[in-house]
Amino acid sequence: MAEVRAEMVANVWKVLVSEGDSVEDGDTLVILESMKMEIPVIAEDDGVVAQLKVAEGDVIQEGDLIAVIE
Amino acid sequence: MVERSKGVQHVFDSVLVANRGEIARRIIRTVQRMGLRAVAVYSEADADLPFVKEADEAILLGPANPAQSYLDAGRVLEAARESGARAIHPGYGFFSENAGFARAVIEAGLVWIGPSPEAIERMGDKINARNLMEAAGVPVAAGTREPVTDLEKAVAAAAEIGYPVMVKAAGGGGGIGMGVARDEAGLAKAFETASRAAARFGSAGGDASGGQAAGPAILLERYIERARHVEVQILGLADGTVVALGERDCSVQRRHQKVVEESPSPGISPELRERMLAAAVRAGETVGYLGAGTVECLVDADKQDFVFLEMNTRLQVEHPVTELVTGVDLVEQQLRIAAGEKTVVPTAVTGHAIEFRVYAEDPKRFFPGPGKIDIWEEPSGEGVRVDSGYAAGNAVTPFYDPLMAKLCVYGRTRSEALARAREAVAGFRIEGPKNNLPFCSELLDRIEFVNGDYDTGLVARMRA
Repeated sequence: MAEVRAEMVANVWKVLVSEGDSVEDGDTLVILESMKMEIPVIAEDDGVVAQLKVAEGDVIQEGDLIAVIE
Repeated sequence: MVERSKGVQHVFDSVLVANRGEIARRIIRTVQRMGLRAVAVYSEADADLPFVKEADEAILLGPANPAQSYLDAGRVLEAARESGARAIHPGYGFFSENAGFARAVIEAGLVWIGPSPEAIERMGDKINARNLMEAAGVPVAAGTREPVTDLEKAVAAAAEIGYPVMVKAAGGGGGIGMGVARDEAGLAKAFETASRAAARFGSAGGDASGGQAAGPAILLERYIERARHVEVQILGLADGTVVALGERDCSVQRRHQKVVEESPSPGISPELRERMLAAAVRAGETVGYLGAGTVECLVDADKQDFVFLEMNTRLQVEHPVTELVTGVDLVEQQLRIAAGEKTVVPTAVTGHAIEFRVYAEDPKRFFPGPGKIDIWEEPSGEGVRVDSGYAAGNAVTPFYDPLMAKLCVYGRTRSEALARAREAVAGFRIEGPKNNLPFCSELLDRIEFVNGDYDTGLVARMRA
């Protein structure tokens, strides 16, 4: 199980996966936006999206849980 | 100084600054020094920032989201009416290169501090500007003469121009969405990125309603390896003449965005400088330019030759380096010119100035690092100027660009400026948000930078 957490304060611009989706190492899960920059959040393992904790438009803080990959 | 302000006072006694952060604060300073009333506008996220406190009056626009505050044209104009402001200064970014907004300001009976909407339009579209400059005899890079709207056309154009090519949004600005493609696969990716940027971050030449043309308008140009980015500051004066106030070398870039700028450029010969300044003046004259503008060029460092890149019809972020080497307050000139005052501007360049953009970002990967500022201590001393937008206790939020401050140094020579820069960077204390001051120190130890022998690939080499 891998937790994917936010590295910075950001807005969630796009959510590209749903709970239950299979993902591979390197797939983009969500795209954050902070300070006019798009920051893709990447899966670092193969697995299934067990939990997805953000929705488009959310403001998230550094360390917030974005997703859990199992 | 008081005597000289009279001309402006007769035309407008107050200026609304339609911007935020360091540039709003910097403009407010000159407005007040000239005896005029400064009106700030701000979003909920910026309520505690120094520019709001230092203005003579401050009006809340709306929520943090720029579309509901700094980019809400109706709301900004309403703030002007509420406050009785007689002129609007757009700063850079936001409405600064928006011809539709400039028109709305003028139609509301206010003074627009910037070039005419027509000049903004003609220069805002990079393809149109390029064609216009070519016709005026200013050298341009091989590239597309019409907007490229789909990948298929981009592939054909790139084949004709020859790889590598630079791909960018025709109406874009600030390097957002720009990319280099070395082959067809790279082109597909760069085209996608540029198209998305064009749609998302708005266009410099777009209208105030925010309308976008159907499909992306992309520009492809021959990419020059080992290029320096050198730009010329021009001023179109009220008497119709255009003058050049030296150049700025902006080759220290990450993600095609400037980090450090200096004037004069250490990488161009006096002969090349003379040609570039003359071309920039010609560029300004071609569009009947009024006010402050910047003609951006790419310099082939090996061949000592240049091509026109684009013209920015506004005050630049890095304008302080020009102010330090010429002694001219560019904002004061913008106000006087907008008031129709016939000014005489000294254009001689003396000494050397360097600006470091202090960004809220990690110094290794340059990823955004907003946060609350616990400690903020600016350096001071001879030859040191800091234009900052924040103070201790403020928060740097994720809603706007990461620029916190501009640390500028001046010296009689480049080496004196470098020595002052080392001391000033070491003396700047910021705790809270991540910041790139460690990168600035690293740059000041980098032999290519110290020798002045660098190009736009420098930062990438430092991180390779």
